Amino acid sequence: MSTDQMAHLTDAEDGASLWHDAWLRLRKNRAAVTGGAILLVMVVLAILTPWIAPYGYEAQNLDLGATPPSAAHWLGTDIFGRDLLTQILYGGRISLAVGFIATAVALVIGVTWGAIAGYVGGRVDSVMMRFVDILYALPFMIFIILLMVVFGRNILLLFLAIGAVEWLTMARIMRTQVQSLRQQEFVEAAVSLGLSPFAIIFKHIIPNALGPIIVYTTLTIPSVMLLEAFLSFLGLGIQPPQTSWGLLISYGAETMEEYPWLLIFPGMALTVTLFSLNFLGDGLRDALDVRGSKD
Amino acid sequence: MIRFILWRLLQAIPVIFIVITATFFLVRSAPGGPFDSEKAVLPEVKRALEAQYKLDLPLHEQYVAYLTDLSQGDLGPSFKYPGRSVNEILGSGLPVTAELGLYALSFALFIGVLAGVFAALKPNTRQDYIPMGLAMIGICMPSFLLGPLLVLVFGIYLDWLPIAGWGDLPGDKILPSITLGSAYAAYIARLSRAGMLEILSQDYIRTARAKGLPEWQVVTQHALRGGLIPVIAFLGPAFAGLLAGSFVVETIFQIPGLGRFYVQAAFNRDYTMILGTTVFLSTLIVFFNLISDVIAAWLNPRLRAQFKGGA
Amino acid sequence: MRFFRLVILACAVSGTIVACGSGESNVESGNRLGYLHYGNGAEPQGLDPHVVTGVPENHIVRALFEGLAVKNPKTLEPEPGVAERWDISDDGTVYTFHLNPQARWSNGETMTASDYVWSWHRALHPDTGSLYAYMLYPVVNAEAYSKREITDFDAVGVKALDDQTLQVTLNAPTPYFLQLMDHYSTFAVHPETVLTHGKMTDRFTPWTRVGSIVSNGPFTLEEWSLNRRIIIKKSEHYWDRENVSLNGVYFYPTENVVSEERMFRAEQLHYTQVVPLDKIPDYRSQDKSPYIQAPYLGTYYYLINTDRPPVDDVLVRRALSYALDRDTLTRTVLQNTAIPAYSITPPDTLGYNPPKLFDYDPEKARALLAEAGYPNGEGWPGLEITYNTQEAHRKIAVAVQQMWKRELNIDITISNQEWKVYLNSVSQREFQVARRGWIGDYVDANNFLDLFITDGGNNNTGYANDIYDDIILNLAPKAKTREERYALFYKAESMMMDEMPIIPIYTYTSKHLIHPSVEGIYPNLMDSLNLKYVTLHPERRLNSEIN
Repeated sequence: MSTDQMAHLTDAEDGASLWHDAWLRLRKNRAAVTGGAILLVMVVLAILTPWIAPYGYEAQNLDLGATPPSAAHWLGTDIFGRDLLTQILYGGRISLAVGFIATAVALVIGVTWGAIAGYVGGRVDSVMMRFVDILYALPFMIFIILLMVVFGRNILLLFLAIGAVEWLTMARIMRTQVQSLRQQEFVEAAVSLGLSPFAIIFKHIIPNALGPIIVYTTLTIPSVMLLEAFLSFLGLGIQPPQTSWGLLISYGAETMEEYPWLLIFPGMALTVTLFSLNFLGDGLRDALDVRGSKD
Repeated sequence: MIRFILWRLLQAIPVIFIVITATFFLVRSAPGGPFDSEKAVLPEVKRALEAQYKLDLPLHEQYVAYLTDLSQGDLGPSFKYPGRSVNEILGSGLPVTAELGLYALSFALFIGVLAGVFAALKPNTRQDYIPMGLAMIGICMPSFLLGPLLVLVFGIYLDWLPIAGWGDLPGDKILPSITLGSAYAAYIARLSRAGMLEILSQDYIRTARAKGLPEWQVVTQHALRGGLIPVIAFLGPAFAGLLAGSFVVETIFQIPGLGRFYVQAAFNRDYTMILGTTVFLSTLIVFFNLISDVIAAWLNPRLRAQFKGGA
Repeated sequence: MRFFRLVILACAVSGTIVACGSGESNVESGNRLGYLHYGNGAEPQGLDPHVVTGVPENHIVRALFEGLAVKNPKTLEPEPGVAERWDISDDGTVYTFHLNPQARWSNGETMTASDYVWSWHRALHPDTGSLYAYMLYPVVNAEAYSKREITDFDAVGVKALDDQTLQVTLNAPTPYFLQLMDHYSTFAVHPETVLTHGKMTDRFTPWTRVGSIVSNGPFTLEEWSLNRRIIIKKSEHYWDRENVSLNGVYFYPTENVVSEERMFRAEQLHYTQVVPLDKIPDYRSQDKSPYIQAPYLGTYYYLINTDRPPVDDVLVRRALSYALDRDTLTRTVLQNTAIPAYSITPPDTLGYNPPKLFDYDPEKARALLAEAGYPNGEGWPGLEITYNTQEAHRKIAVAVQQMWKRELNIDITISNQEWKVYLNSVSQREFQVARRGWIGDYVDANNFLDLFITDGGNNNTGYANDIYDDIILNLAPKAKTREERYALFYKAESMMMDEMPIIPIYTYTSKHLIHPSVEGIYPNLMDSLNLKYVTLHPERRLNSEIN
């Protein structure tokens, strides 16, 4: 047991080889590689959208109205006669950005906060975690309304606001992980070696808690995307004619009987992205899980 | 342990107090007031209204008055619904939302654990991929989409179930419960699969299998308890989140629950109602987070030692 | 193997679902028992006639209470309510109402003229804070009392001559005064009941709850479950109870319009408050369609802040208005559920037709814009359209934005705001162009034109014109004949529309789904429904069922 943990310690200390091993393991995982490739394509498409979109972003044809997929409009048009493929491409920019930026914000704040609280413990832990409880309980909607009023409309702000709410659960999960890791021999060994708490947290504890964090992150990205749609639907999110997958789906849901393509295609875009994320996430977890791989 | 719980309960008092104070002043600084309406309100009428609800007092006096009332359990009159107290509205909505949440979570637990356990028994086979794929779809499927979809299929095309109401027609509680529960079922399925996988690889399970116990006995008698730890940790915050998150389902299915009031109060600037629901929700969150921490501690022997010290 | 067991279990679960299938629908049971199931749009804020303001409240309050005169459901002409007849003095300023001796409160007490004096006192009292107190302002001294300029209610022009006779004195002949008697803000409430629960002017006492409330209309309150339903029952004491066919009505707070339409399809409702736009073509194409659409006394328009550049320039405002293709907009985005509007007053408002000073003319629009100093949009500083978050407003704004961009080559942004933020922006005049709608309280051009008097509470545009104010406030009320009055209105409205402080977009229509078994709901300009006249005919069924 203790030799195993010591091996762990040296593994973790040699960060480069840990990541290198993980990368080798990840490359062997076909599902993860496929997921990663699809995500990469999505991101590239989102970046290139202004140049590759078949129609102008706002171009309407009111007399055309909503039409099913055709040669001119591969995925059909919406009630304004706007090309759905173009809408999905532009919507992807917003959805992917909110998914990644807000989740990244949540990840950074949540992991740091939870790790510090869990590692230091005692009063600091109590105060930090009660602060989390307070933020959980504040009325979210009022918070967003105020942010919009004080800082004006700004997409980046919206992403930050969503991230600033989503980090709470992340912090709780991280704290529990750290509390349990802290008691383990390899951390105690690191302490006795005289490493600074900062180094211990970032070099030894966080890498070992990555598994649950990655899983939770892959679950956070969809919930963040849907939260954006909910806020936009209530008038607290992005401004039309800007759109996102979540918004397209919520409009599509209302007319699913009349114009099913307006629901199906944006829904597919979201689902494919989330599946890819999930496979990549599972692959990453397996690849980084040192203990699991030694079984 | 008891010291730990008492200590945490003691901490809850400042937490709730800070939440109330912050909410009180946040809400007042939001633009628009409870009496703004599309048709302009005459200044003299507005003055009369503000006087009736004591909004003409200085803000700090209103704050003290609110706290005084609150200490006696009085959450004040609703601004949006004249003649109704916030206590009354909470009292009418809470049982409905609690019942909806209970059904939804039961459904989620049943389906989620079942799917997760089956998937974990034969990882990376079809028995794993199918339920886990469904779970992913469940996570992607927002309730504003699943609800109308279920309504169309079961309520209109098949005409099996009522599509709105709560306790008005037989069977009208089924679709909303499934809608609300599905997303949670998906999370629980993933969590229980992960938990089970970890437990099933442990030595004592191998021992049990080696003894020739039937697989279902291995699962029910040995693996399940440990494998569900992550699920239990998830349930506490989930239940609190469920009450706030039932807004969409309650709107789609015309359910007279708390979720609709919680969201609408913010949009109506119904100050007392916002505060009332927040007080209630913060108590709930503190309580469920405490329970979840206690269970996590109890199940984790390393941490249990820590609590005996009374951290 | 185990997987199959799961499948079997899933089948068992769905089997249970089938077993508890829905049975008798609301429409079937309602038709059997004489109960109407009515989609009411939202939970009412309350049921106190002097406190409430909205449309959902209106439907319930007007079933529980009755005014001195009511509107004929087909023609909207006044007909006897609590008053069996009335005399109007030759100069049109003194109304004498003779109460029906059979008129009763729901506790069996006889209604008296003094109940009205007391109720109007309550409605006008500044402490009550009735948002609709101004409905009584045509009455002598009512406005002064309501604004605390006088404190003696006896000076107000409403007197009980005896138990059955109520005399009302007006400032000026008010052609629409009888219509106001069907507005809930002028209804009588039962004084003892109100006083049992608090002061006369209290807003938040529970006197309107089941068991407490005493009303005087064709129905009485039976059940009030918050956000779930309100049930009313035929009254035993109503004077005209022989002619009330329904045994009662269920009101549902149907906030979600998509859900409401589905409830109708599943026969959980007889009547829907609205119809989602996308469903309308399909309903229209059905024969014996349950879809009913009628012109509605309301105008949808864009407010312009005439102090903010670039729309402080009347040329720019005109250019915007000329560039708007209202025909295409109403035909496509609005699915022919609206009528293009070119002025604030809806067409044919009790015989009055507003001026039409302009039309869709992109050439003219571009010329005007060039004249204003922005040829082909050059040098345009940008313009923002503000609206409150709602699907319908979003659709209009997105289409208008594109039309202006296309015709004028100018940059337009859209800002959707949460409801109270939007109200705040409009009243603080922190906007350039903002969406607005006005629904008439009564059928008369005055109700639309007095919006734009200088510093009027609903003006919000900065439009100020002394001549206009003089016509609306002084000349028109004193006009001797209807022709003279309408000519004055026409002059004022032309003057206002020439300055273009608003961009009219369309006239509303009312849209409902009505089950074929329901009779007695007639399309009319006020979307006014008197549940007293509604009958149910179970043998008439929806087309879809017959197939």
